[in-house]
Amino acid sequence: MAVTVRIPTPLRKFTDDNETVSAEGGTVQEAIVSLQSQYPALKERLCDDSGNLRKFVNVFLNDEDIRFQDGPATAVKDGDELSIIPAIAGG
Amino acid sequence: MAEKNGCFNGLKCRECGKKFPAEVLYVCDDCWGPLEVDYDYDKIAARLTKETILSRKPNMWRYKELLPIEGDVTVGQHVGYTPLVKSDRLGKALGVKTVYVKNDTVNYPTLSFKDRVVSVALSRAKEFGFDTVGCASTGNLANSVAANAAAAGLRAFVVIPSNLELGKIIGSLIYGINVVGVEGTYDNVNRLCSEIAGHYNWGMVNVNLRPYYAEGSKTMGHEIAEQLDWQLPDHVVCPMAGGSLICKIEKAFNEFIKLGFVDKHDFHIHGGQAEGCAPIVEMVKENRDWVKPIREPKTIVKSLAIGDPADGPFARQTMIGTGGWGENPTDEETVWGIRTLAETTGIFAETAGGVTVAAAKRLIDAGRIKADESVVLCITGNGLKTKEAVEGEFDAIDSIQPKLAAFDELLKKIEGKEPATVS
Ligand SMILES: Cc1ncc(COP(=O)(O)O)c(C=O)c1O
Ligand SMILES: [Zn+2]
Repeated sequence: MAVTVRIPTPLRKFTDDNETVSAEGGTVQEAIVSLQSQYPALKERLCDDSGNLRKFVNVFLNDEDIRFQDGPATAVKDGDELSIIPAIAGG
Repeated sequence: MAEKNGCFNGLKCRECGKKFPAEVLYVCDDCWGPLEVDYDYDKIAARLTKETILSRKPNMWRYKELLPIEGDVTVGQHVGYTPLVKSDRLGKALGVKTVYVKNDTVNYPTLSFKDRVVSVALSRAKEFGFDTVGCASTGNLANSVAANAAAAGLRAFVVIPSNLELGKIIGSLIYGINVVGVEGTYDNVNRLCSEIAGHYNWGMVNVNLRPYYAEGSKTMGHEIAEQLDWQLPDHVVCPMAGGSLICKIEKAFNEFIKLGFVDKHDFHIHGGQAEGCAPIVEMVKENRDWVKPIREPKTIVKSLAIGDPADGPFARQTMIGTGGWGENPTDEETVWGIRTLAETTGIFAETAGGVTVAAAKRLIDAGRIKADESVVLCITGNGLKTKEAVEGEFDAIDSIQPKLAAFDELLKKIEGKEPATVS
């Protein structure tokens, strides 16, 4: 599956200033791994040592927070759009 | 900026450990994790002894070296050192021998533990030179920011969901600061406040001042240990909303162990949330390390109704790491908790206190807290602010003519049906 990943401004310095990047995978987690293999500098920003998505990195799939679905295991399909957004601090 | 006389070096990321200066920063620019205060414990050990603490006034600032301000305390000098009440009657109702209530229903000045965090945050806000402060709140924090900002002469904006209890709304309005109601959930309020903090450069205590603010909650843990004659309890049960307080109680206990004020002890910290909004308890029960947010909280426990708790992963770690657990009582159990606490201890707690008592009951019934182990219940807010929660529990009061005969007759009726739920 090919999905489009929207890169937030502070991370664009790691994606050659690309606002969107195309990634492959059947789940959100796989798409993120594919993104990181294209831009290795993103890796420690987005994932912890064991390769899991960091807890304060929120991902939206077509504008819906993946935590309302299956989290990183949420399935993606061709043409979907992922956005990477910092968790809101506070509370 | 005040003279640098604090015992902390700066801030560090709770997720990846990266260090930052002690400025108005709250997220890590590498991994987006939250920042926390980075103390110099050698300096603290050199300055703070049990004797120093005992020589100071009975308020939370007796542990000043463990709090992140540089200069003198300028806001909330009288906060804290609330009673730790041992209650055999509550113990009997719950089925354990030794129960203590840490009674922050009488914290000064706004009757909840939030005065602890606010006095630190606003003292620090003044050091940073903010003239306008605010918060995103489920009610108690708004009350505390309002009162303490009023007393300190700071301009304030407190932002709350518009459907809060009357006591929580009047309890902010009375101080003459700006109260903003938002049509939506607490998470909508929080998102807005995060934008406000960035746009206007105001000191929002639980957003851009959060690393400093959060440390104030530790004093509840410090006081518990001191009031138990410098010992740690076997169990603590603590209510959770954003999940900050529960982490800071663990941190406080560990600080006292590190400083040698208490002996190392195998303590267990348990958390409580309302069934209708229990994202952190569900992480524990489902063994999941990420927060599944609650879109629409449905509970009478509005003070704890945070659907997307910022400290959820850390709060889970505190419970799992100390061998504790999480419980999510129903609203019915919460009302039972409020009434049972009142009838056995004379303490009228708000809904969060009902959750704590009801969660303790479940933990005891399940054998997670044993009958011969000691337990401290963190009762964090006052029932006079959430009367709506128990209003429907009672019939209209008996009203009689001012005559002994009328009382006589009433007494006969009453003796047939004593009102209490606990004997
Ligand atoms: C009465 C009461 N108890 C407990 C809490 C939970 O605090 P925390 O957000 O630190 O988990 C709150 C938070 O608003 C509260 O109002
Ligand atoms: Zn970090």
